[in-house]
Amino acid sequence: MVKLKKYNGFLKLFVIFLTLFFIFSCSQKNYNLTKIEGKQLPITEKGNETPQIEKFIKPYRDHINKDLDSVLAYCPETLDKSTGKWQTTIGNLMADVCLEKGNVVFKAREKKNIDLCLLNHGGIRAILPKGNVTTRTAFEIMPFENSLIVVALNGNQILDIASYIIKEKKPQPLSGMTFTIAKDNTAKNILIQGKPVDTNKTYYVVTNDYLANGGDNMNFFLKATDKFDLNYKIRNVLIDYFKEVDTIPVKNDVRITVE
Amino acid sequence: MKRREFIEKTAASTALLSLGLSLSSFETNDIKHLTILHTNDVHSHIDPFPADDPRNANKGGVSRRAALIETIRKENPNVLLLDAGDIFQGTPYFNYYGGELEFKLMSMMKYDASTIGNHDFDNGLDGLYAQMPHATFEFINSNYDFKNTVMNGLVKPYKIFNKNGIKVGVFGLGIELDGLVDKKMYKETVYNNPVEVAQDMTQLLKKDEKCDLVICLSHLGYNYRDDESKICDLKLAELTQDIDLIIGGHTHTFLDKPTIVKNKAGENVLVNQVGCYGINLGRIDFYFDKNKAHTNQGKSIIV
Repeated sequence: MVKLKKYNGFLKLFVIFLTLFFIFSCSQKNYNLTKIEGKQLPITEKGNETPQIEKFIKPYRDHINKDLDSVLAYCPETLDKSTGKWQTTIGNLMADVCLEKGNVVFKAREKKNIDLCLLNHGGIRAILPKGNVTTRTAFEIMPFENSLIVVALNGNQILDIASYIIKEKKPQPLSGMTFTIAKDNTAKNILIQGKPVDTNKTYYVVTNDYLANGGDNMNFFLKATDKFDLNYKIRNVLIDYFKEVDTIPVKNDVRITVE
Repeated sequence: MKRREFIEKTAASTALLSLGLSLSSFETNDIKHLTILHTNDVHSHIDPFPADDPRNANKGGVSRRAALIETIRKENPNVLLLDAGDIFQGTPYFNYYGGELEFKLMSMMKYDASTIGNHDFDNGLDGLYAQMPHATFEFINSNYDFKNTVMNGLVKPYKIFNKNGIKVGVFGLGIELDGLVDKKMYKETVYNNPVEVAQDMTQLLKKDEKCDLVICLSHLGYNYRDDESKICDLKLAELTQDIDLIIGGHTHTFLDKPTIVKNKAGENVLVNQVGCYGINLGRIDFYFDKNKAHTNQGKSIIV
């Protein structure tokens, strides 16, 4: 018995020694980085697929596709942002729809009316093709999450809007406002809701949150005296509109006249 | 009986001794190989681009990425799979499911960690919080303070991965949210100076924790030519030390190969970013050696 105890004690010490030796020998030297190789691996159609992943995605994809491809309206001709120097059919439509749908929310909340709508030409990301209009169409035209903001501007900033449009030489989506570009490249006959612009008056302009923050150099929006977030995504504005109408109107009316 | 016990124990200790010797002798000449795989700004691109896409026709796709990752894992099981943020936003998958599928697929591919990009706030902190149960990987960010938000405790400031004996310290840096993300989305999240935070992190990971490798997952952006004062990955690499690799995102920068930058101590830092939308997978292989004869030659970087 005594002997065994002795052995055990010895063994215990021996094991402790071994363990310490181990730890010491392992930690005395860290691994040294000797070589690094870096490259980019493209993911292409040449690569294999993973059946398990494909199977997992499928029900999600099928549900989205079914929803996105359900027909909401009919478009009699293709509306394209690249056909038109100062206004386009798709720009007119989008600005009109944003004004109309935005005003429902604004009026209910603030008991006021929106006077005009200004969006940006660059924000229209796709055409509205002739044929069936679906939710997918709305996603293509408006893939971003931008939402409607109403900005209170005074009449001087309305003049700035006209100057901006002339300077940028792009068909910016515009609704509720018309003007003429004079021979000297200045704006005249600026009308808001059919009435001459009054520099002492406050106008309510609906736009998107990106532009309201001065995006695309629309610095006049930064002079806003008040701002109202409608919490209404532009894509949802389009989807709601498409659900309401049967046939999309082709809006060819002239909003900016060139002298 | 006693004799028998004695013999058994002696035999055991001899075995242990010889095992110990063989292990230590094996380790001194051992070369360890770690493969870092990474993505950034995948932006909900789960399906490949359609064949008629004008820019990225037939590129990307989670299913193919998963297959490529699996092939690499078979070749070297010692893989760390990372993402540099902006997992969310960009396809209807996000609009319909709020990021659920993105997180589930990344979990299936066995991602180890991701940092947080500005678009990961697109459904607000609550939207991100709601998807957390679907992620089996870690969220790492060191310069956002989520203390007064629902995300408190769900994002780690750093994580040390032990990969086959190699200690890899990973920390994360996020971009300034003010002006980029609506305040109502990020609420009480506090943004701290990324360079200062990086200095604290490298001190902790390299000096205190003695990591063999320190990786920064960054969503600061590669560089900003029109704004020299803005912090970016290239600048971060120059202003700090003890970071071995910066895996970046945000600027959707496609690089032909990783960039090598000299840090504050004159050492090389690798900065990489693989564009966006899951079009590329970044691969960085690190080889470690315990043999002094090799390490004296210094490290070679092949890009």
